[in-house]
Amino acid sequence: MILLDRVTKVYGKGMTPALSRINLHVEPREFVIVVGSSGAGKSTLLKLLTREEKPTSGKIIVGGIDYDKLKDRDIPYLRRRIGTVFQDFKLLPNKTVFENVAFALEIVGTSKHEIRYTVPRVLDIVGLKGKEKRMPMELSGGERQRVAIARAIARQPKILIADEPTGNLDPKHAWDVVKVLQKINQYGTTVLLTTHNQEIVNKLKRRVITISDGKIASDRAQGDYKG
Amino acid sequence: MKGLKRRLIVLERIIKAGAINFIRNAWLSAAAIAVMVITLTIVLFSVIARATFNQTIAQINDKIDVSVYLKDEVTTVQKDKLMSQVQQLGSVKSVTYISKQEALDRYRDQNQGNSSLLVAISQTDNPLPASLDIKPKDPNQLQELKVFLEKPDIKNLQSNETSYSGDRKEAIDKISHATNFFQQAGLIGVIIFTLISMLIIFNTIRMAIFNRRDELSIMRLLGASTFYIRGPFIVETMLYGLIAAVISVLICNGLFSVSAGTFEASTLGLLDIKFANDYFLNHYWLILTGQITVGILIGAASSYFATRRYLKFKSPK
Repeated sequence: MILLDRVTKVYGKGMTPALSRINLHVEPREFVIVVGSSGAGKSTLLKLLTREEKPTSGKIIVGGIDYDKLKDRDIPYLRRRIGTVFQDFKLLPNKTVFENVAFALEIVGTSKHEIRYTVPRVLDIVGLKGKEKRMPMELSGGERQRVAIARAIARQPKILIADEPTGNLDPKHAWDVVKVLQKINQYGTTVLLTTHNQEIVNKLKRRVITISDGKIASDRAQGDYKG
Repeated sequence: MKGLKRRLIVLERIIKAGAINFIRNAWLSAAAIAVMVITLTIVLFSVIARATFNQTIAQINDKIDVSVYLKDEVTTVQKDKLMSQVQQLGSVKSVTYISKQEALDRYRDQNQGNSSLLVAISQTDNPLPASLDIKPKDPNQLQELKVFLEKPDIKNLQSNETSYSGDRKEAIDKISHATNFFQQAGLIGVIIFTLISMLIIFNTIRMAIFNRRDELSIMRLLGASTFYIRGPFIVETMLYGLIAAVISVLICNGLFSVSAGTFEASTLGLLDIKFANDYFLNHYWLILTGQITVGILIGAASSYFATRRYLKFKSPK
């Protein structure tokens, strides 16, 4: 599903590489947690996958798409196949919960009829049934993040990338969000989660990849994280 | 089929979003529209003025003729032969024969108020010569005719010097110069104001992009196509062009209805207002369509460049 072959990313000339010769292979339906301290290179890794950044060298293949052959105008189509969740939610503050989720479908030309069918279902999956008409400001952080997840999965991507989705949340809400991610993974979506949260990592008992100084320090099947 | 349907849905949403942005940006839009109205009004005036000048020139050209005065001894046979020779010249549009009697009648008509002249002329045997009135195809191309009329055997038939309506030719030259001047001034005005309106639209879109940068970056992260992100801005500025075009035509309409009442004489210097008004009304739909096309093109081009500049479509390095 995700394949990185000796991927290196250097932001500026003479700078130390943010990522250096990373090799990574993620199977379909896997749930992978990426951990590492700030500046270790987690965010760079995810930005490479969503093509917000280009690697300096190395090969990236996601969902069968070879990034070397990707043209600028194809980037939107790549991003439609990857659901993305951010630490700061990135919801549109002047749109309701329903409209925020519908937005992801509108931009790809989904019909109104289909939107009216899909949005309540994904809101149900993330446990926000009945909150369609709320504005993001009226929701708790955990609820907002679940709206963002609903938006990310509305188009049924094969891969969901969650960049520190619990970073701004208290433990209870953080755990709600993680449970939603697990549920989505059970439905067959590959999930890539980055986090700082030790408790979550240790509780989940999933594959854990630790990145340190731009390199993969460890990659364990049922890993833990000591911070 | 499904792809086409999706595309139509996307197009519909882009147009809708453009219209909504237009309403939300009302004040910014107003400034951009105002400048475009000025631009399009100048374009419109240039077009109408050009048509009117051309009409004036055509009218004066039509009045230009060459009169060849014949001696009284010229026989009908000689006259007919001369007429057919002149007729065959490439530069001649038509030849009319004015007999001595007709010349006298005309003279009387023209001098009706002047009784002493009329008395004087009726006391003598008709002193006016018969003549040929020659209308040239192009008043600037009289050379061939001149050469022909100067031939000795032809010259022999003529009583007076040929009249070339010299003063009229001068008037034509003056109008041609004025037309050229106005056309150039109009063109420069059009170019300057087109640039100004493009700059203002450019800036309007830049501010709109800045105001909505969060939304735009989210759209991009969610995989909205370039077309989908850029489309609403282009639709918005095409609306500026559309509205400005309609306003400029309405302004023109208003000016004509006011001026038609004020300048009853209908001719103001070189500009024949009556003709300009008729031209405007006769070509109303063509003018409106043309203005809308120009307006939409200016709007679309400006926002195309503004979005290219400020919505960084290029992929990261």
